[in-house]
Amino acid sequence: MNDRSEEIRRVAKRLLAEGKADVVIGFRDSRLPLRATPHFARTPAEADQLVWGLGCTSNLAKYLLDREECVAVVAKGCDVRAIVATVKENQVNRDRVTIIGVPCAGVVSWQKLEAVLNGRDLTEAIQDGDTLVLRGREFEQRVAISDLLQDACRTCTVHEPVVCDVRIASSAPAGGRTDEFADIREFEALSPDERWEWFRREFSRCIRCYACRNACPACYCEQCFVDSTNPEWIGKGNDLTDTLIFHIVRAFHSAGRCVDCGACERACPMGIDLRRLTRKVQKDVKELFGADAGVDPDSPPALAVFRPDDPEDFTW
Amino acid sequence: MTDTATGTWQPRIIAFLCNWCSYAGADLAGVSRLQYPPNIRVIRVPCSGRVNPLLILKALREGADGVLVAGCHPGDCHYVSGNYAARRKFAVLKRLLEYVGLESGRVTFAWVSASEGGRFAELVTDVTEKVRQLGPASRLVASHE
Repeated sequence: MNDRSEEIRRVAKRLLAEGKADVVIGFRDSRLPLRATPHFARTPAEADQLVWGLGCTSNLAKYLLDREECVAVVAKGCDVRAIVATVKENQVNRDRVTIIGVPCAGVVSWQKLEAVLNGRDLTEAIQDGDTLVLRGREFEQRVAISDLLQDACRTCTVHEPVVCDVRIASSAPAGGRTDEFADIREFEALSPDERWEWFRREFSRCIRCYACRNACPACYCEQCFVDSTNPEWIGKGNDLTDTLIFHIVRAFHSAGRCVDCGACERACPMGIDLRRLTRKVQKDVKELFGADAGVDPDSPPALAVFRPDDPEDFTW
Repeated sequence: MTDTATGTWQPRIIAFLCNWCSYAGADLAGVSRLQYPPNIRVIRVPCSGRVNPLLILKALREGADGVLVAGCHPGDCHYVSGNYAARRKFAVLKRLLEYVGLESGRVTFAWVSASEGGRFAELVTDVTEKVRQLGPASRLVASHE
């Protein structure tokens, strides 16, 4: 067990004992290495199961929605942004939440890990500096951690929680590595026909399970537009147009709200490049309105406000 | 839409016009006897801020060849700030639609005041011409309706 897991357990037990939290939401190990699972600790014994590591991928901010009790939550940089964003939208009562912030250098992508394993069973994964030692029954393989990180982690600019009540001591790399939207700019440079072709092809794999929506901490509408029957915004069948409209609107609804935690992509069973759309919107909101979701607790969501001199070069 | 009399395709454009400015501008164009193409189908809305992006996508899905949204000039909104809120929404929406490959002239946003009958006629003429050049819409149109 690492130092951070120990410290999280200690903090969790203290918060439970002091009555500051009825439940501590964090991670515990599952039966699979590098696949920590969300954990709800209400007793010291349950708090002793809390862990921290490269497999703590889920954005636990989702579990704060619709919760009446006092909660402490283990949160990475992106998770804290999601909490800040939902607090600003009055979906989470900040007074009832204790944020246990963990500086984070990135978490592992299961898709990338599976590609490396190529069907072999992983029984153990040990971190050794910048590399991971992957062990199975008949193999041992060393892989650079940076090659296994989620794409969202590779462009992450907020490794350090922007707000927290308890900070788990450790260092995280400074944010803002390269041009975080380089790939989006590259895509924008393609012709409309090429972009349409990519969009159609990539999203034709969507099976409309709505896992991306359900995993997203910003998606909390009681009734989603896709489920509405009056008006019926999109059909419920398998018309590709309806799938495409779903994804356009999902991305649009994330405007000024998406914190790029990558929850949608982690949840997608088809491995669709969902962030290609949400990050476009993120980039535009940043360019047009100078706003970045969940970074500043005091500024309102970008699309909830306006300025008289907002750009309008798109109008006729 | 195919014109049954001539057998040629004619663009069909849905125009969401705000009640206070652009609809009145269209009215002024009419009573001033200004000519503009008959290709728009007007839907009167209380404010450009009322235009949910879903309405635009729904119009395209149902087969509209183009969508026009027009409201009061910034600063002139009957409800003070409806068009300012709309401007932020539309700025993001237009970029996103073009990003996924929708042709640039399919969806147009414009400000037309109640006194700008001439501007309204010009706007509709220009939008209709652009949509005509693009041809019948196929992207984001539902295949079976």
